[in-house]
Amino acid sequence: MALLQIAEPGQSELPHEHKLAVGIDLGTTNSLVATVRSGMAVVLNDEDGRALLPSVVRYLPEGEVVVGIEAQAQQALDPKNTIVSVKRFMGRGLEDIGHVESAPYDFQVAPGMVRLKTRAGVKSPVEVSADILKVLRARAEAALGGELVGAVITVPAYFDDAQRQATKDAARLAGLNVLRLLNEPTAAAIAYGLDNASEGIYAVYDLGGGTFDISILRLSKGVFEVMATGGDSALGGDDFDQRILCWISETAKLAPLAPKDNRLLLTKAREAKEYLTSHMEAPITAKLTSGELVDLKLTAETFNDITQTLVAKTLQPCKKALRDAGLRPTDVKGVVMVGGATRIPAIQKAVGEFFRQEPLTNLDPDKVVALGAATQANLLAGNRNAGDDWLLLDVIPLSLGLETMGGLTEKVITRNSTIPVARAQEFTTFKDGQTAMAIHVVQGERELVSDCRSLARFELRGIPPMVAGAPRIRVTFQVDADGLLSVTAREQTSGVEASVAVKPSYGLTDDEITGMLQASLDNAKDDAFRRALQEARVEADRLLEATEAALKEDAQLLDASERARVDVALEKLRTLIQGDDRHAINHGMDLLALETNEFAARRMDKSIKRALAGKRVDDVKIGEEE
Amino acid sequence: MDFNADHFTLFGLPRVFNVDQGILDVRFREAQAQVHPDKFADASDADRRLSMQWATRVNEAYQSLKKPLPRAQYLLHLAGHDVGAENNTAMPVDFLMEQMEWREAVQEARQAGQVDELEDLHFRLRDQIAERYAELGALFDQQADYSAAADLTRRLMFLEKLQHDIDEALVALEDQ
Repeated sequence: MALLQIAEPGQSELPHEHKLAVGIDLGTTNSLVATVRSGMAVVLNDEDGRALLPSVVRYLPEGEVVVGIEAQAQQALDPKNTIVSVKRFMGRGLEDIGHVESAPYDFQVAPGMVRLKTRAGVKSPVEVSADILKVLRARAEAALGGELVGAVITVPAYFDDAQRQATKDAARLAGLNVLRLLNEPTAAAIAYGLDNASEGIYAVYDLGGGTFDISILRLSKGVFEVMATGGDSALGGDDFDQRILCWISETAKLAPLAPKDNRLLLTKAREAKEYLTSHMEAPITAKLTSGELVDLKLTAETFNDITQTLVAKTLQPCKKALRDAGLRPTDVKGVVMVGGATRIPAIQKAVGEFFRQEPLTNLDPDKVVALGAATQANLLAGNRNAGDDWLLLDVIPLSLGLETMGGLTEKVITRNSTIPVARAQEFTTFKDGQTAMAIHVVQGERELVSDCRSLARFELRGIPPMVAGAPRIRVTFQVDADGLLSVTAREQTSGVEASVAVKPSYGLTDDEITGMLQASLDNAKDDAFRRALQEARVEADRLLEATEAALKEDAQLLDASERARVDVALEKLRTLIQGDDRHAINHGMDLLALETNEFAARRMDKSIKRALAGKRVDDVKIGEEE
Repeated sequence: MDFNADHFTLFGLPRVFNVDQGILDVRFREAQAQVHPDKFADASDADRRLSMQWATRVNEAYQSLKKPLPRAQYLLHLAGHDVGAENNTAMPVDFLMEQMEWREAVQEARQAGQVDELEDLHFRLRDQIAERYAELGALFDQQADYSAAADLTRRLMFLEKLQHDIDEALVALEDQ
């Protein structure tokens, strides 16, 4: 409860009320939802008892949306309107997507993110992902018998800002309150860590359908610390399917494939790959639209040959992550395997050789991420038991920087910094009387701006005219606990301040989200829009109440003019709640938050002083670390 | 815990170079356990923002103290002896010569694609760096000789940069 919670950290008002929260693994190939029931993380199945929801969305002519196994079954028949592996398009422009030529979709170039033209209209990957999330949300609400307080949604640790933002937007669109975006490997470690009470350095090797992640984690005394991450956001199990598809085409000497045949053979390729995890030879038979019959046998040996470079490609990021963490392979105490593709025997062998130990495979590699996310969701929702109060400290996967003269990148926050993190850098003008300055925010490790991902461009205007070099423009990067970035710029000489907060250009603007919410309201009678307004009102009410209570308790922490400004903001917000403009209400809350920031800081200070009072360095027990 | 306190005070640690890493880690986690945004997941936006600011502050302090080079720079800053890296680049000739030899070795190994040689350079330099940090600890904590400490810190900045470049060269070779 707002400011009150700061006064009493860790204590919730209704300690015994169990809040419904879920963990969602929004995967490239499959998605899952899990929750904690009677202290155990469990995956929620659909009514037919299936845990995995294929991440496949089909748009039907009548406007109906089909998600999952039925959509997957039809993908060969209706490839243009059946979207698979949409996660690869999240927060991505057309130029970023590999295999565009072999994907059967009508891509449309759009600012920031690619769009897909379907018979249900032009769809953003965010909307397609939201359709998957809606199904999982409905499944969870039916199984748990109530509305969800929130969800933890997992993303590959290697996801950049745009991809994270897109994921969060999809959740909003599906009417889910995101408690936290959680890195998939970290979720897996949570699932393993809690079950096995492990301590030490762990590596999480996560080869999913479309992404590869390696994370080096330190687990100790309830703290999960991500030491380093690395990976490849365009490498996954799907690439193994593609290799098999190429092999089929070459071996059977097929002409260029029609989209339907392409889709069909890709399905056959995936089946063969799965079959080879427990057999030495897989039969591949298919009848093409031309009537031509494909009948081949793929041996494990051939499969290993044609996919050898893919396996090797996963080991480079492992080396790099270890070096970032300042470790050698032998320092790693255990290797957790995540993702269906880690069932491939050649991968288990290669990973085992690299880390010089048998990797851990005792949890289902398809479910382990969702289980960990559920555990985290349960904690974040406030369902805490004494003893399982632990903390997760995460890092940012890619460096953030600014474009400087000559198209070079200046790193402001380096990769693997623990988040949340903020860093400010000062710049100045190079022309006399210059009143504006262009700021270009990029993400990546390379020196040239053109080799990095462009996140946002904005202009700081209203700089007072001065001689070149006199203005001091402070650009501040703030990355929050979800790994999302906001940038502000301020000119701070002569008391004049201008500031601008940017959203990454790959994310959707609030207006776009509102538009999509509105559209879904019109189409599917979804009440998400109203719900968002209602949520804003409830939130505003809570903020008002909490602020009033805090003022009553600690009025002495404010002087008269500070108090007057708080009162004005309070009154303004009270008026706004009466209206139905959600953005205005949010703005009013921001304003009140801004005016009470310092007050809250003083209160927090006071309470922390109280909490830490009397504690000395010598009192801290170090335990086995000594 | 005071938002504007120095990093050592924030964690209740003595202001020394040879900090007890174990206590620092524990103190850091204790502080994060109090302020981390995950503890405020269902709080108002204002509180979440505030908790983010606190968590950011705690992370910043930890990053400054965790590794020896930023810790040395921070200690010098607190003592009013800024290393002045930009204005004060005059280094002794023998040190610079040594640096040039290292860099030539790195460049040759890189051009010849000798990963093993680069790895060897990496570990040799790591040992050298460790020795100098031991010296630096004595300068700060026993002799309280800040101007000698500033001088050694400047050298270590060169060495750490060199180490960074070796690692980059390794990455570049491995990515090929």
